[in-house]
Amino acid sequence: MKIEEKDIKMWSIIGSRATFGIAALEIAKKNKNLITLTCDVSTSAGLDRYRKMLPDQYLDLGIAEQNMIGVAAGLASENFDVITTSFAPFQTMRCCEQIKVNIGYMKQNICMVGLASGLVLGPLGFTHCCIEDIGILRTIPGLNIISPADSLETVKALNETIESKKPTYIRLTGSSNNPMVYKKDYEFKIGKSITVNDGKNITIFSSGAMVYECIQVAKLIEQKNLSCKVVNMHTIKPLDTESIKLACQESDLIVSVEEHNIIGGLGSAIAEIKASIANSPKMLILGIKDIYSKGGSYNFLKNKHRLTPTLIVEDVLKNYKINNE
Amino acid sequence: MSETDKIHLNKILKFKKNLKKNILDMALHAGANSSHFGGALSILDIISVLYGFKMKIDKQNPMSENRDRFILSKGHACLAYYAALCEIGYIKKEDLKTFEKNDSNLLGHPVRNTNIGIEFSNGSLGMGLSIGIGVALSLKKKQKKNNIFVIMGDGECNEGSVWEALMAAPNFNLGNLNIIIDRNNFQQTGDNNLIMNLRNLKNKIESFGWNTTEIDGHNINKIYDYFKNIKNEDKPNALIANTIKGKGFSFSENNNAWHHSILSQELYDKALIEI
Repeated sequence: MKIEEKDIKMWSIIGSRATFGIAALEIAKKNKNLITLTCDVSTSAGLDRYRKMLPDQYLDLGIAEQNMIGVAAGLASENFDVITTSFAPFQTMRCCEQIKVNIGYMKQNICMVGLASGLVLGPLGFTHCCIEDIGILRTIPGLNIISPADSLETVKALNETIESKKPTYIRLTGSSNNPMVYKKDYEFKIGKSITVNDGKNITIFSSGAMVYECIQVAKLIEQKNLSCKVVNMHTIKPLDTESIKLACQESDLIVSVEEHNIIGGLGSAIAEIKASIANSPKMLILGIKDIYSKGGSYNFLKNKHRLTPTLIVEDVLKNYKINNE
Repeated sequence: MSETDKIHLNKILKFKKNLKKNILDMALHAGANSSHFGGALSILDIISVLYGFKMKIDKQNPMSENRDRFILSKGHACLAYYAALCEIGYIKKEDLKTFEKNDSNLLGHPVRNTNIGIEFSNGSLGMGLSIGIGVALSLKKKQKKNNIFVIMGDGECNEGSVWEALMAAPNFNLGNLNIIIDRNNFQQTGDNNLIMNLRNLKNKIESFGWNTTEIDGHNINKIYDYFKNIKNEDKPNALIANTIKGKGFSFSENNNAWHHSILSQELYDKALIEI
């Protein structure tokens, strides 16, 4: 698949959700075996063109996520490639046991896409924000979990997932005008993290729209004469354990930053690996501190939960200093 | 009744008798693990007609493209399912002894294993019909006329996901989809009507857009007639089968203590005589 720089810019402007819709349509045009299932969210998922152009490869189940997962399993068992999508809470938690039995236990080839996860739907409240999906799905054996850093990575993750034929959850974060972590095409491999900023003293692991924020964090930290590596841990399961081992050897402080509850997410996944590495450095897990706060705009909530570059730098440096005193 | 019908019915009755024996063997081998005896016996006549007559099956190849599809949504009734899979040759007779044993392929709820003809894992209630819709859509897309049969329980109809699926099947005109609701009027802890009254289940399902029929789920002639004549057109087909939990053995009939219970050697010997 050839990706032009103008496409990357356009995808960044429209955001990861609309980009997903475009990518799904492109894949489905070539792969006649692919069917996309939604629960009355075609517009929110950027799938309106897909729905009109490929009606035979599109199915709306109405507002009924449990049924959607079962139907997806029936299609997958007959060897169709299947994408399901809805807003992240409904795509993951409303039908969680269906995911366990139909996708986990039965190992069906289904790609679930959770729309607008994290804090971006803050004005709508925490019924629509999603800070639990990774924690819940990570406990289901055999399910891959990917959280793309930007719109381009959303396209790449979707393509790779469909080709992989493995049960997968893709978690979309960020809004429209989604900052670009990648301005050019690059190599994306499920399970292989990518260093997006080099450094040594501190290693920050992040995923989703927080990766871009963490690059800003690294720049601010570098102004204090410390070097800071930023790793885009786009795949949360299976986790790239080698990059964690390397960070333990190289850095004095490991940090995880995510738009997710600090319980159960990327930070927890890294800590589970780090726990068995002798003499490993201290780790700081940043995210939503196990609380349902009042809602508000995306920026308001990032600020409230200390997930802006300035506030992350404050927390990181405070911990780095304590660690090295 | 034609001569052919008589031949079919005799074959079904013989098939059913063998299934009954298989069920007893598995229940005995389950020992103290217990087995869901009552709910398996309530679907025995239905499953005998399906596997002994109605369904297209390739005895040499469980995954033959031309097979009809079967989903046991009330997965706990797997004694009857395994018994049938054994009788058609997918499960070896000696493997029935492994029922609910360590590392067995035959656990107390079906686990997907296409080598022995189990296409879907079930056990958590309210999931099978949704899968059936996905399979039915697939077969339509592949332009195949095969049928899909889903056996559900009446207790299972407490699950909201059942109603999501009941709503969806007619919406997609899935005439190839057939459900059989085992209306034995009991669920784990008692009488359906006292726990969650389904009231007029037939009217409810009919109002969702299904062809619905209600019959005595132990009258082999009627079950045979029903499946012989079902249509595969626009509307999905629902059969409400009025049944008796634990049917076929004096000690278990209509006795909800046999929802999940231990079959002792003594009762096994008694039951063998009753077959």
